Amino acid sequence: MGKLFVILLFVLAGGSAQAATLRVANQGDVLSMDPHSLNEALQLSFLHNVYEPLVDRDAALRVRPGLAVKWEAVAPTVWRFELRRGVRFHDGTPFGADDAVFSLERAAGEGSDLKSHTAAFKAVREVDAHTIEIETAAPFPILPEVLSEVYMMSRAWCVAQKAERPVDRRKGIENTASFKANGTGPFRVKERQPSTRTVLVRHAGHWASRAGNVDEVVFMPVGNGSTRVAALLSGQVDVIEPVPLQDVERLRAAGLKVLQGPELRTVFLGMDQYRDELLDSSVKGRNPFKDRRVREAFLRAIDIDTIRARIMRGAATPTALMVAPGVQGFVAELNRRPPFDPEAAKRLLAEAGYPEGFEVGMNCPNDRYVNDGAICQAVAANLARVGVKVRLHAETKTTYFPKILRRETSFYLLGWTPGTYDAHNALNALISTPREAGQGQYNIGGYSNARVDALILAIQSETDAARRRALIREAFEIHQAEVGHIPLHQQALAWAMKPGVDLPQPADNAMRYHWAVVK
Amino acid sequence: MLAFVLRRLLQAVAVMLAVAFIAFMLFQYVGDPVTHLLGQDATPEQRDTLRADLGLDAPFPVQFARFVGNAVRGEFGLSLRQGRKVSTLIAERLPATLELSITAALLALVVGVPMGVVAALKRGTWLSQLLMTVSLLGVSLPTFLIGILLILVFAVWLNWFPSFGRGEVVALGAWTTGWLSADGWKHLVLPSVTLAIFQLTLIMRLVRAEMLEVLRTDYIKFARARGLSDGAVYFGHALKNTLVPVITITGLQLGSLIAFAIITETVFQWPGMGLLFIQAVSFADVPVMAAYLCLIALIFVLINLVVDLLYFAVDPRLRVERAAAAH
Repeated sequence: MGKLFVILLFVLAGGSAQAATLRVANQGDVLSMDPHSLNEALQLSFLHNVYEPLVDRDAALRVRPGLAVKWEAVAPTVWRFELRRGVRFHDGTPFGADDAVFSLERAAGEGSDLKSHTAAFKAVREVDAHTIEIETAAPFPILPEVLSEVYMMSRAWCVAQKAERPVDRRKGIENTASFKANGTGPFRVKERQPSTRTVLVRHAGHWASRAGNVDEVVFMPVGNGSTRVAALLSGQVDVIEPVPLQDVERLRAAGLKVLQGPELRTVFLGMDQYRDELLDSSVKGRNPFKDRRVREAFLRAIDIDTIRARIMRGAATPTALMVAPGVQGFVAELNRRPPFDPEAAKRLLAEAGYPEGFEVGMNCPNDRYVNDGAICQAVAANLARVGVKVRLHAETKTTYFPKILRRETSFYLLGWTPGTYDAHNALNALISTPREAGQGQYNIGGYSNARVDALILAIQSETDAARRRALIREAFEIHQAEVGHIPLHQQALAWAMKPGVDLPQPADNAMRYHWAVVK
Repeated sequence: MLAFVLRRLLQAVAVMLAVAFIAFMLFQYVGDPVTHLLGQDATPEQRDTLRADLGLDAPFPVQFARFVGNAVRGEFGLSLRQGRKVSTLIAERLPATLELSITAALLALVVGVPMGVVAALKRGTWLSQLLMTVSLLGVSLPTFLIGILLILVFAVWLNWFPSFGRGEVVALGAWTTGWLSADGWKHLVLPSVTLAIFQLTLIMRLVRAEMLEVLRTDYIKFARARGLSDGAVYFGHALKNTLVPVITITGLQLGSLIAFAIITETVFQWPGMGLLFIQAVSFADVPVMAAYLCLIALIFVLINLVVDLLYFAVDPRLRVERAAAAH
């Protein structure tokens, strides 16, 4: 008995010595605990610690088994998923095919914000207790990739909590799933105080062996950048995200660890190429951006290295492509910018019939991307050197986005992260000719090329990986040769943490707390 | 008295309607929440449907009438950003803001009034000069700078106080308070000092000026001639007569403390209404913004009413005049 007591004490002491708490301060808060209520990066990446998808991703964003152990296309339009056995929800109930079907239908149903991930679904079927099938309306080769943000819930729990549907903000009926959670992930929600703190504790019954040693996570939103930095410096938190660029060196000097890596988002400039006369320009009766030479002149006039060094303080990766490395379909060989050359730009403008340059209005958000307003100012200064006078209209994102979605712009800055981690998403949204059905919705400048449109359609249903890559490559080649847009850079993610904390930083900016090691 | 209160209440209703109208009208131009709600992948039809569902396609007067009708019942609809009732969100945040503002106001009074008295009585001494110089700094430094400096010194360098948040709170029914825990008090120190400094210096300078004025009057001379002690003269007679403007200013400033706690709340990540408002602005969350503005207007109106009533208590002349007029 005494011996047992000693052993028990030893175990308890050993356990508590290793128990680590990770306190995280983020710029914003997670808005809901419901995994299907909001399609937003922070929301989905945080909940990935609590809920899990069928198809998961590793730190390099490569697809790997999650709650499904394998999957295959059994017919061009049917994907079959074999579910992992022995998985339990936080309340102890087992996870099965019924829950998977329920979750996928919930994500595709009324009130869900993840419908863009499930738009291709035609039917979801249970084959047996551990197998499900998803039938799509048309062949859909990247279905597994798209499912990596669709998380699994428990049917019985949702029914008991009256949360069969996600909260619909239009009708505003709240439900328990917004405040509580019951997932299969490595952590469960212990405490939730919206906009103050959310506490996660380790789910002892998780199916995977754990990579890190964190037992408790306290997540706190701290909106102000300086306050966030102060909280880390004063030791009140262990990890902050994001780090204001001007504080990176200071934190390093103070002995803290700063992780920086390129994000999946590509920031680029777009030009109105469809109107016969620009809305906001000194050139009347014609549209200078319809001339490829003018677009190329703009591209060559922009001093991207100085923007990177001065404005982004080194925290950016210049790019020549509309998708980032890490996005499926990225073509490394095409990622070469023509050298910065104002003389060549002037020559091109003169050839196009604008030896004296011209005036054009530029629209720019000033609170959406890292230093977006300053980037636009630098672009305007660069263009002034080749004779193009830019009238810059920088404004807050709440007024900027409605304006550019109405296409009331001649020259604009935008950033894009393919939500599916696949190039097709960017091609379809940014480069396709705008159509009613939603293609080219963010192709604000109306770039249009029939061959590229045909390629994008083909990419959508091409199931052979090598052929699909070739199609994507051809589409990017044409778009690049025509200077359809002017890609600028991928801004850097920046996390800072105490020296004793080890936390891998994937390019999608997701913090996976079960990978964290606290010394 | 009753007629006076009724008159003030009528004025209050008019003010509230005007505020509601201005707030609502402004929001027509703030931006389009639909873009935020649906995210980047939505189709134009989805946008139109949502706009209709939210009632954003109705004509302006209809939207406004709907808004006022609901506002009277305390209903501001659902936050477009969070999908929760605005009234719930505000009720959650109100305790934090009120606690911070009241602590700051008390601090400003308790420290500001004696400092003002000292500065008046010791006029010309180095102490008075020092107080005046420091108060000038307090009036002229912007709140966010004071906040950041306090964080730098007391949180980062000295590590005495936490740099953000409200700390541990105790729930008393629907109300949460940090006044009942040591951790709560620790978290309250830096933000309430930041918020109080401007008011404190204002009150100090006001008390000093009023004291100097009063000390020159005949009744003070008579009080001295009667051989009253310094304490009785200064605090019993002089200070009491400086209080009417001090009460007015403190009352109005309490309104400003609540309304302009926004900056302090942003710097200290204080989970109050100001922070809620800032987040709402960056998202064009119209219902939350409208509710916040109306609530702040209501608080100002109520405080003004209370201040007017307090005059009756403090200044006997007002009571006499009213009574005389009634006869």
